[in-house]
Amino acid sequence: MAKADFEVPELKEYPEIPSITPGVMAHSRPFIAKPEHQEPLHFPGELVDNWQEKAIAKMGELQGKYRSLQVYLDSCVKCGACTDKCHYFLGTKDPKNMPVARQDLYRKVYRRYFTFAGKYFPKLVGAVDLTKEVLDDWYSYFHQCSQCRRCSVFCPYGIDTAEISMAAREVMDSIGVGQKYCNEIIGKVFRIGNNLGLPEPALADTLEGLEEDVEDETGVKVRYPLDEEGAEVLLITPSADFFAEPHVDGLIGYGKVFHQAGISWTLSSAASEAANFGMFIGSYENMRRVSLRIREAALDLGVKRIVFGECGHAWRVAYSFLNTLAGPFDFLDPRYPVPQHICEVTHDLIQRGALTLDKSANDDMVLTYHDSCNVARASRMGNKPGGQFSIPRDIIKASCNHFVDMAPDTIHDSTFCCGGGGGLLTDDLMEIRVKGAMPRMQALKQVVEENGVTHMAAICAICKSQFTKVLPYYGFSMDKIVSVHQLVSNAIVLGDKE
Amino acid sequence: MSVLTVVYAILFYAATALLLVGLGYRIYLFWKTPAPLKIPTTPAPTTRAGVVYRLGREVVFFESLFRSTKWTWLFGWIFHFGLLLVLLRHLRYFTDPVWTWVSLIQPFGKYAAFAMVAGLLGLWARRLFVDRVRYISAPSDHLILALLVAIGGSGIMMSFVTRTDIITVKEFFRGLMTFSWGSIPTLPADFFLLVHLLLVAALMAIFPYSKLLHGAGVFFSPTRNQVDNPRERRHLAPWAAQLENNGK
Ligand code: HEM
Ligand code: SF4
Ligand code: SF4
Repeated sequence: MAKADFEVPELKEYPEIPSITPGVMAHSRPFIAKPEHQEPLHFPGELVDNWQEKAIAKMGELQGKYRSLQVYLDSCVKCGACTDKCHYFLGTKDPKNMPVARQDLYRKVYRRYFTFAGKYFPKLVGAVDLTKEVLDDWYSYFHQCSQCRRCSVFCPYGIDTAEISMAAREVMDSIGVGQKYCNEIIGKVFRIGNNLGLPEPALADTLEGLEEDVEDETGVKVRYPLDEEGAEVLLITPSADFFAEPHVDGLIGYGKVFHQAGISWTLSSAASEAANFGMFIGSYENMRRVSLRIREAALDLGVKRIVFGECGHAWRVAYSFLNTLAGPFDFLDPRYPVPQHICEVTHDLIQRGALTLDKSANDDMVLTYHDSCNVARASRMGNKPGGQFSIPRDIIKASCNHFVDMAPDTIHDSTFCCGGGGGLLTDDLMEIRVKGAMPRMQALKQVVEENGVTHMAAICAICKSQFTKVLPYYGFSMDKIVSVHQLVSNAIVLGDKE
Repeated sequence: MSVLTVVYAILFYAATALLLVGLGYRIYLFWKTPAPLKIPTTPAPTTRAGVVYRLGREVVFFESLFRSTKWTWLFGWIFHFGLLLVLLRHLRYFTDPVWTWVSLIQPFGKYAAFAMVAGLLGLWARRLFVDRVRYISAPSDHLILALLVAIGGSGIMMSFVTRTDIITVKEFFRGLMTFSWGSIPTLPADFFLLVHLLLVAALMAIFPYSKLLHGAGVFFSPTRNQVDNPRERRHLAPWAAQLENNGK
């Protein structure tokens, strides 16, 4: 087991709703962004002098721009239905991690400055001034929300705490209180092209290495092209796919699928990143700037289709927002949706019999599947609602013989977040990441014990990195997590079809 | 006309004005605030008809709440449908002649008051005894429940214990509604009637300025009312379009 300087939650036989323990996670706060992380995003470098006034003005501005924010601030009835739905509450017992209490951190200030009752009867409706203490609470607890939207599934009005977290982070950024992790990464995307800061030569090198490895292993020359003009498909994938385990096994899989289907494709060094952390900080402007790179790359390379690799929030931005942020994509082949997910492409090829898969290649594994929150609750695959659940499962079942689902209230749109989404995938937030993973770990433990599950597949780069890190805290080995296209890669029969 | 009658007449005009203006303004605000991104909680309907069906299930059955907590759903549903029946039954005091269907529900409507109060007490018990719900409750959350229980209780007292002169009450409200102030009779000075009416006026007045707005909010919630078609259609808010025009 990994060593921790905090208490790792115990995995119980059955899920339990803990009694509340106020304040236990108040100390959890990520590193603050330095001026050099803030400025490329057009945010002030440090806390501005009249921050209170500025923050309140920003809140007013956002209420006028986002119907979600205005309606959600006004509509919560405090029914409590969401209180036991957040993995961070279940894992920490801190009541401010209950979705409604997290919203209330913002709502209390909203009421104080923007509503009649809060202006004249603050005590009655629980309205408070925006003090330094309140700002500190915001910084702590709005960085303990992975924007997974599980709460919005269960709220009678669909109140989505993610919308409030995004607004709060935007307000904080606008007064100079940014989160280092997210803002530094967005800066790297602008400067270099991807979250990891891999420049073009390093990418070219890595891809060449992959080609050699695959050829050594299979005897087939599968290509992993970069910046090839005139390719049919532009593949946009999270940069973790270029080197981290198990991500890279997924990338190898995409290449094999394209190879077998005879589809020409390319990566782009300018847009070598699917992730769009602009969403996490609620910044439309930055999310749009990041998205426009993809449009430009598609135009520069003259491709006909855009396909996204395995990623969760990137797929949300791609599926739900890309057309809005960087469209219209009328210069691409109208026969395909823009963009497509690699799982849609692979699934379609399997359906048409274009791929030969030898399931026995994965016989050393009994698999389960982790629905990533942004894929499950904020996007779709295929043309029917719920395709985001069936398509990845169909691919897994076509690639292996042994598949078991986890408990029904922990999958599909009830899925639990991995604990590392929403801009929390950073070492300075290790405690909340480990604790937030508890509900998923518990569901996993159950199928491990009852069904002999050996591996969990996922299609999100953040989930994969997060699980690699936190599995050991719960006594599992870090290689229990695999990419869906890793399974495809193992099973696919390369070469001419018989 | 007694002073009391004049006070209550003014009270109801004021409460109605606050309700209509406040609610109208809020709905206008919800309406005109753009939703710049597609954020339906998926799986979501891919057609408008599907969205109407989804919202219908939320409003009639409280579908999401049912998935979430069965006790809150049960008490909440009993309360709201009790309330709905009670409100519909009350139409008999404002219409002349009374519509047939209003007469038909009269027998059920009377007993719905008990369901409504029982539901409220169940919800209140959760608020008091479940530590998570207690933690998120402000004084106003308890007060709204108290207000509704008191309205229901005073109504039940009049229906079943100490009857009031309902014909006169009806003439009072008909007079207010038709602005024929000359014909307004003196309100009976019955304790439960005066309490009931005072609290109802209070409820009407706070409705648009409190969490009771949820009744309107549910129809404007982007996670519930958006069609899942972002790849097919561009969804550009006016302020985002402006950003686009200036930015590039
Ligand atoms: C379209 C109309 C409405 C819908 C769909 C609706 C739905 C809901 C739902 C789902 C809840 C949460 C569960 C619960 O606590 O019962 C709730 C709570 C509540 N509703 Fe409504 N409602 C509507 C109209 C109204 C109206 C007209 C009133 C009263 C005048 C009202 C009063 C309340 C109160 C007081 C609560 C909070 C109960 C508590 O404290 O636990 N609702 N509503
Ligand atoms: S479920 Fe929705 S309405 Fe109920 S307390 Fe949570 S956010 Fe508020
Ligand atoms: S969005 Fe997810 S992490 Fe955030 S409050 Fe809701 S359930 Fe918790």
